Amino acid sequence: MKFLKLSNQFIVGLLFFSGSLYSAVQIVQPSENAYEDIQEALILAEPGDVIRLTAGIYNLQDSLSLDVEGVQIEGEGMNQTILSFAGQQSGAQGLSVTSDNVTLQDFSVQNAKGDAIKVKGVTNIKFLRVKTEWTNGPNPQNGAYGLYPVESTNVLIDGCVAIGASDAGIYVGQSQNIIVRNSRAEFNVAGIEIENSYYADVHNNIATNNTGGILVFDLPGLPQQGGHHVRVFNNRSIGNNTDNFAPEGNIVGEVPRGTGIIIQANSNVEIFDNEIGDNDTVNIAVVTYGNETDDNTYYPHPKSIQIHGNKFGPTGYNPDTSKGELAQILFDLSGGNMPDIFWDGLLPISQLIFGQPDHEKMIISNNGDASLLAIKPIGYMVPFLEPAILDINEFDGKISPLAKVEFDENF
Amino acid sequence: MKIFKRSFSLFFFIVCFSSQTEGAIEIDLNSLSKTPKFLSEFGFFEDMKNQTPAVNVHPYSLVSPLFSDQTDKLRFVYVPEGEKLSYVKNKVFIFPVGSTLIKTFAYLNKNGPLEQQLLETRLLINTNDGWKAISYVWNEEQNDAKRAIAGATIPTSFVNSQGDLVAVRYRAPNQNQCKECHQVNKVMTPIGPKARNMDKNLIYQSGEMNQLLYWAALGWIDQKLDSHPIASYTDVNASLDDRARAYLDINCGHCHIPGGSADTTGLYLNLIEENQEKLGIFKKPVAAGRASGNLKYSVVPGHPDDSIMLFRMKSLDPGIMMPESGRALADDAGIKLIKDWIDKL
Repeated sequence: MKFLKLSNQFIVGLLFFSGSLYSAVQIVQPSENAYEDIQEALILAEPGDVIRLTAGIYNLQDSLSLDVEGVQIEGEGMNQTILSFAGQQSGAQGLSVTSDNVTLQDFSVQNAKGDAIKVKGVTNIKFLRVKTEWTNGPNPQNGAYGLYPVESTNVLIDGCVAIGASDAGIYVGQSQNIIVRNSRAEFNVAGIEIENSYYADVHNNIATNNTGGILVFDLPGLPQQGGHHVRVFNNRSIGNNTDNFAPEGNIVGEVPRGTGIIIQANSNVEIFDNEIGDNDTVNIAVVTYGNETDDNTYYPHPKSIQIHGNKFGPTGYNPDTSKGELAQILFDLSGGNMPDIFWDGLLPISQLIFGQPDHEKMIISNNGDASLLAIKPIGYMVPFLEPAILDINEFDGKISPLAKVEFDENF
Repeated sequence: MKIFKRSFSLFFFIVCFSSQTEGAIEIDLNSLSKTPKFLSEFGFFEDMKNQTPAVNVHPYSLVSPLFSDQTDKLRFVYVPEGEKLSYVKNKVFIFPVGSTLIKTFAYLNKNGPLEQQLLETRLLINTNDGWKAISYVWNEEQNDAKRAIAGATIPTSFVNSQGDLVAVRYRAPNQNQCKECHQVNKVMTPIGPKARNMDKNLIYQSGEMNQLLYWAALGWIDQKLDSHPIASYTDVNASLDDRARAYLDINCGHCHIPGGSADTTGLYLNLIEENQEKLGIFKKPVAAGRASGNLKYSVVPGHPDDSIMLFRMKSLDPGIMMPESGRALADDAGIKLIKDWIDKL
């Protein structure tokens, strides 16, 4: 119980010198009893407490969990304080958080058997300079998600690193008010994924060596769906050419190797000022949810999508036709001359015949010499009609910028 | 009043509060301002080792219990003198403040040759601030159990119903893990004592009696109950569907329910769920990762081996297995039941 002694000293110290009666720093050091030491500290913590994990490797056999609000868990650096779950025997996550106003910073979670860090149903959660990693590289045996906040409000992910997740490195699901910035996602199936979420800003991140760089998805049959208002800007989504290693059954298992950004379903998505290139299949794909569902409250088509000011590098030179139909259709329709931007053109039947409402139309402008291919579903089905639109100027229009996502980051 | 002889401090307590009724619990359960370090401090048992309850602590049993590594479960309930429970259809009884549900996990090893082993006793106490979960792990002497804040790992062996010796890394959960299962919409709640899951006979000291009638006789229930007993999933005379749904309800339905820990998946396995896709039938996984086992759907009617549900029930890998916590072994009987159910869907 070494940490308790240390922490007592700190509590006394704080009482006398800082004047703060309600916050204490509990210090935990690596030891053979790392699990008990950390877990007891997490359960006995009081709101306002800081739990400091000193540098070193903590070998943990069981998953950790925090359910006290207002606690900060901090390490001494993402490459210094390492929570290793290589020998994990129980629990579906490395660390799980279910309380409000929590800050996680400056540590890493390695080789969790399931998800690395799951945060469920909270208001105000910060991940600062946290790293999640599976150290054996891309492998279907790796856990699904690295940083995994879900059903949460006010989510900040800043300066984080996510490596090797067999689903998404940074995954925000069924949440609202989300900022993912200054982070790096590498060697995951999906680098950064915003799913079934409202009001997200994803900016100044690097997604590289994933199967797909940045995904904005919406799925049926979930408590929160109809994802909307997502801005993806100033990111670099470069060279995402790792073969898809997601176990089958998972939606990201359908993502072809070499995709920069995918928008699936969702409304009001603005993709701008990104650098997207060196992706084997396509730089940006805008697609409809393709699986059957009996959820009649679900809208499977993307709408009100704006793509502008992006800088594109080479793409499509080695399309992955092994996953889903996207790459094959694209290759066939483009005659091998693969575009930067792809839209599958699928809409409700009435809109295919009578056209989309103006405010739902996709706007693509000011993307340099970017190329495009958009399927015309009726033309695609009926012989002798044009199967696709290739002129990007048909989508030119006035951009209506979406609002910045803001919340009090100093909770 | 053998229980009170246990310690000097308790004796002192009695002297101060000697006006309390016979068999009263010594701890202020309503406020629970200080969590006792040892189980014996509560006075729930007249004989700790033999798990003989105090006079106002009553045993109960469930029609369909949760699988917990084949442990035997000794359940007791304490309700403060003169208080009543309220009944809401399809829900757990609403217990008055101060009530406590007591559950001891043990390997009784009735088939010999090992001795009985008490592992842990979990308390759910209904305080002024809502239900609180505390876990106590039994000592080697088996005469008391100590609070285990971070839970505990108990490597042990037991004798199963076939008389085989089975090794297990038994995990007593930590306080947060209690909440994983017992919290719905962030409010702690008991899971087991619903009228439908209590509606069976139990042999009391005074004789055999239906548990709901016994509670009525104690004066705890005075409302009309609108409830049918849930099937016992071990009852071979019940229909396969009723047995499977009872099994899923008690083993999965506390997390896989709107507002529960697993509601992010949209897979709902509680008894009253009727939507086929929500029950998993041709439902794609959402966040399963490698736990999908390369299978496409939670449940594929007629094809149990293509169903993620069965794959995850069979697994012992912490990143795959369901339930996520509370078991280190596979429930072979449950697996067979769900396999048969999916096969016949």
